[in-house]
This record gives sequence, structure tokens and C-alpha cells, in this order.
Amino acid sequence: MRVSLFITCYNDTLFPETGKAVVHLLERLGHTIDFPPDQTCCGQMHWNTGYHREAIPIIRHFVEVFRDAEAICIPSSSCVAMIREHYHKAAVASGDHAFVAEVEALLPRVYEFSEFLVNKLGVLDVGATYPHRVTYHASCHSLRSLHLGDIPIRLLRKVRGIQLVDLPEIDQCCGFGGTFAIKNADVSSAMLADKARHVLNTGAEVCTAVDNSCLMHVYGSLHRQRTYVRTAHLAEILASQGEPAAAL
Amino acid sequence: MTTPGTTPAAGLINIAPPQVEWPQGDFPTAAHQLLKDSQLRKNVRHATNVINAKRAIVVGEMPDWEHLRDAGSAIKQHTLDHLDQYLLEFEAACTAAGGHVHWAVDAAEANRIAVEIVRRHQVSEVIKIKSMTTEEIELNHALEAAGVHPTETDLAELIIQMGHDKPSHIIVPALHKNRGQVREMFRREMNLPDLGDTPEDLADAARRYLREKFLSVKVAISGANFLIAETGGVCILESEGNGRMCLTLPDVLISVVGLEKVIPRFRDLEVFLQTLPRSSTGERMNPYNSIWTGVRPGDGPQEFHVILLDNGRSAILHDAEAKQTLKCIRCAACQNACPVYRQTGGHAYASVYAGPIGAILTPQLHQTADGRLGDGDSLPYASSLCGACYEVCPVKINIPEVLIHLRRKVVERDQGTISGLFGLWNIGMQTAAAVFESGDRLRLAQRLGRIGQIPFVSKNDFIEHLPLMLSGWTQTRDLAPLPEQSFREWWSERSDRTSHE
Repeated sequence: MRVSLFITCYNDTLFPETGKAVVHLLERLGHTIDFPPDQTCCGQMHWNTGYHREAIPIIRHFVEVFRDAEAICIPSSSCVAMIREHYHKAAVASGDHAFVAEVEALLPRVYEFSEFLVNKLGVLDVGATYPHRVTYHASCHSLRSLHLGDIPIRLLRKVRGIQLVDLPEIDQCCGFGGTFAIKNADVSSAMLADKARHVLNTGAEVCTAVDNSCLMHVYGSLHRQRTYVRTAHLAEILASQGEPAAAL
Repeated sequence: MTTPGTTPAAGLINIAPPQVEWPQGDFPTAAHQLLKDSQLRKNVRHATNVINAKRAIVVGEMPDWEHLRDAGSAIKQHTLDHLDQYLLEFEAACTAAGGHVHWAVDAAEANRIAVEIVRRHQVSEVIKIKSMTTEEIELNHALEAAGVHPTETDLAELIIQMGHDKPSHIIVPALHKNRGQVREMFRREMNLPDLGDTPEDLADAARRYLREKFLSVKVAISGANFLIAETGGVCILESEGNGRMCLTLPDVLISVVGLEKVIPRFRDLEVFLQTLPRSSTGERMNPYNSIWTGVRPGDGPQEFHVILLDNGRSAILHDAEAKQTLKCIRCAACQNACPVYRQTGGHAYASVYAGPIGAILTPQLHQTADGRLGDGDSLPYASSLCGACYEVCPVKINIPEVLIHLRRKVVERDQGTISGLFGLWNIGMQTAAAVFESGDRLRLAQRLGRIGQIPFVSKNDFIEHLPLMLSGWTQTRDLAPLPEQSFREWWSERSDRTSHE
């Protein structure tokens, strides 16, 4: 299949390793990758902060870039949630009927990375090896917007050598919330303190998730506390072929 | 809490603590203060954990829970779509049954009507059933100003009243206080030298204190959970039975009720009597469910008034995207589920309605006639948009969606002012929007970012201090610097390499 990748502005700029892992994995599974170079952002930051007038051209740009894609795979549940929950409303608000129709035509072709593997490609065992103690953080959008359920866990269970440990209070937000982490830095930090404590208590070497935004937040605290716990996007674990720990 | 020998001197017992005021400043400022109160945070965490665990059990045993949520949502939506019709139907039915219906456009008018009724009966005391609506309009202040002493009969509300405190939760207004704190307050206010600290001891002290009021006070004031348009009935769900005492013993009953509390038919209660107790207190049913309709000679109050309160509600009704706010049945499940509320407690919201519902309801109740949000416009930002509130809401209010809608109103209002237009947030967002217009611009911004970050990268190759509005991030969090190569750069380099092979 020809898979179009939306790597997201966040991953592209801050976490290129995640994008590379998605490419390696999907190619390993025999698919052709298309990365439309004019892609930028889904518009989530603007929309969620209340800058709707500014978000609409970004949304329109996304729809134009991916208009002809067969399937769009996105390694971020919050960006997929943005597209699924708000694009239609934004298009309606713009008053452009053609735009609304384009959004409607696009939505069924948008997939979050783990749901793309399981629901679209029908694979659970992607041939990964990752001999590490790992805990999985369920991001709010993966849980409550996309209802991914245990899809990421099922993928992780098939990884060779992995030791999965449950994260306590898995349904609690890490406190990132985009601009919330800055506008309400104190409350966000208090929420993060709880999350980081739970991660440390699992004794895991690595905390994973389907969103690098949460992982950047959690790692921000783990690094400040000078711990040795690392974070890695699910795609990086699934793409892994048992590289030595130093490559983590 | 208190060890023997530390009992305050007898002469000090009756010195009341100062009135607790809402915190000054916006939500982040108030939250900053409250986060330092570790006892309060421990109390809130403990109480919400207990309620959430009970709720999970009783919701889990309902196979049709999602259908009940849909049904509750549909009934409320239908009612709001025809609110004028159902309110008039309620007024007609209530009047026919011998009640008096008053319409109050705002808090001042509602208070004036209530005080006038009380004055007409020449009493100096009233008893009250727990009511967030009367908290909203600060009826107790109005009564006291008119020389009438109100006594709260709900245990939690009594604790708030005796502590000169403000409610911090819709269902459990004194949830931020623990037993030891309540014991100290009761000892002080009820003048009790000996008082145990078991729940039974405290309830017993309150019962003895209140029993005298029930038997002597002639006027009672309540709110309502539901108004039934079809019958003109008023419904209250409660746990302690004190409400029922107020509904039956006094001669005069005044109910102050928000416009949105009406439901069309008696049978609609079937849905809410299942979802409200389960969502709010984790009970299958409330111990006391009371419905009263008009007056009946020789039985219960002989004079009955309903004050229908608007106080900003009709403005919400006219905002298509925010209208769902009025579906709220005040169960507070969203508060208990909210990770922000669970960290700060309710006072940070500076409103009787705290938590996620408060974050959307309060700024709207305070909005001006032209639809601009009033004080409290930091509240729509007091959420990480995690969605836990929407997931538990028994009438399916999409609170995150309304929060985002209100954020848009705040942004558009700010952009209409010079300071907002040239504020850092607006400039930052405009710049980012311009960057996201094309892939080339994003590539350029990534390059500039790598240069711009150099002064902030520490010796250990991490960012530990950021400037201006970004400084909040580095209070408690480090940040990895931008990598040397973005994904798009890697991809184009790889494509070039492949095409040359």
C-alpha cells in the first residue's frame, strides 16, 4: 500500500527519530511511503488555544496537502483527535461548502499509527525486538477521543524480549495539555509530579506512548530529577530490532 | 487534630475566624496559592478518590448506562430547545396547585423577592436546604442584611457556614475539610467542650443543633434538582433527610431555582433518578427523594413560592455552541474526575461552581449583554482538555468543546484591544500560523530555531531555562534542544540519496 505520512510539526521538529521509525517499520512491512513535503501542522495548538481564525488556513493547508492520499498515517493521537473532532466544525465555520465536502472525504482515510497497524493493516506482530523493561502511558486523546483501548498494549506484547509493566493510574492526564503547561504551569507541574512518580515506581527503563507531546512532558520531569528513565514513542519500539541499550 | 492540653482558652472559643473570601486574581494565581496547602490537597484527593471508587462500582453494574446518558442528554436538549414553553407550563401547573411563581432576571431581583416574602412573615430566622443556586446569588448575605439569620441544615453547608468559608464542591461543599478540622469548628461554634471526632459524633452534634431549628423556624428556603412542567412539582434529592424536615415542618417554603432545572414530564425523572445519585455520590438511589406540588390545607407548608432565576442563563441559551452548558444537573462527577480540580480544590475557581463545569458556567453567567465573557476568563484555560469530564458526564455535556469555544471568545475579545493585539501570545500565535502556511517556511523556522536556542542550551546539552512566557515550562521541566536534523531534512536527504543510486 502507498502510505502517506503526516509526521506532525512537533515530531518533525523535535522528534525526528519517531518519523524515521515509522518509515523503517512500514517499509519493513512492505509498504511504499509518501511524505508530502509541503505538510506542516494539523492546527491543534491554534484551535485549542482559541485562535480559530488562524487555525482555519492551517486546516485547509492540511486538507490540500493530503487530498489525494490513499491512507494517512499519523504518529500522534492528539493530532488525529484534532482532525476527527474539529476539522468538520472548522470547515463548516468557514462557510465553504467545497471545503466541508473535502474534509468529509478525507476523514475516513486518517489513521493514528497504532490503529493503522492493527485496524488497517491487520498486523500485531511487527517483528520487533526490544529487550527492555517498558511501561505504557495512555495519552488522554488515545483513551478518550480515539478510544484506542489496548491496541498499543497488544502491539507491545508481541515484541520480543520486552518486559511490560503496568503504569498505575494510567487514565490520569500527565498535565501537558499544549499551552496549558505554560498558561497553568503550576497545576501542570503538580499533575506531572504524580505521573513521573508513577513511572519511577514501575521500575521501567523506558516509558512509551503514542504521543511524543506527553513523553516530552514526562521526560522533562524525569530529566530534571536526574533519573535514568528514558522515553520512546511506540513507533521506535516497534521499529527496533534489538539494538544495544546504548542506542536508546 | 488537637492533643490534650492545647484546647483554646474558654474565653477565646466564640471568636469567629475571619470570613473566607474567594482568592484574588486569575486561576493560575489562585492555584499557585492553593497548591501550597498540602492539607487541603490531601483532603480533596482523599474525598474524590472515595467518591470515584464508589461511582465506578455503581455505574459499572448498569448495563444500560450509556443509554441512560443518551436519554438524559436528549431530554435536557429537548427541554432547552423549548425552554420558554416548558417554563410557562410549569408556572401554570404550579399556580393551579396553589403555588406562587416569581421570575427573577438576576441575583438582586431573586434576593429582593425572597427577602420580601420572609419579611412579610415577620420572622428573624429561616432554615435552608442545601442549594448551590442560593449560594450563586449570595442569598444568605441578603437575608443577613435584612436582619434575618439563615441556618444551613445540610451538614456540609453547615460546616461552610460555621467556618465562614466558601463551598469548594457542588455536592460536598466542605470536601476540602477533614474530620479533625470539622470537629474544631463545631466545638468552637456550638460551644461544645467535649466532642469526639467520629462521623457519628459530628453528625450527632449537628443533629442536636439543627433539631431545635426544624421545630421552631417558620420559613424554609430551598433550591431544586428538578422542576416538573407537567405537574408543577418540585423535586429534591438528598442524603441526610434534613431537607425533608425543611419541606414539611415550616409554614412557608421558598424555592430558588435556575431556569434550566425544568424537565417536561414526571416520567422523565425515571432517567435522572438513576443517573444523578450514581454520578454524584456513588449511591444507587438517594436516601431521600422528595417531590412536592403546590399546597394542601393542613399538610406541609401552607404557602409555597418558586423563584425562577435567570441570572445570565438566557444569554447562554442563545449561544448555540455553549447552550449544552445548561444541560448540567449539578452532579459534580466532572469535578471528581478532573485532574486539575483534584490538584487545587474548588476555591481556585473563585466561584460556587468549581471544576470543569465551573470553568464553563461561571464565565458565562458573568458575561455581559453583548456576549463578552466577564470576570473569570482565565477559567476556560484551567483545563488540560484531557476529556475526563466529558467521559463521566451523565448528560453528555462536551465540556472540552465548550472550553475551546469560550477560549475563542476570550481570544477574539483580546484581539480587539491594543494590548491584546500586541501581546506576546497573540504575536507568537500569529507568527506560528504564518510559519505553518508552507513546508518551506516550517523548514526555515526549524533552522532559525536551532540558532535561536543556542543561548538557552546548558552545559549538559539540555534547556533548563526559557525566557518570557515560556519560563513556566522550565520551572519544573527540562527540554531537549532541537535536534540537528529535522525529519523533513532527513527525508529529503534520503530521497536525494536514493534518486542518485
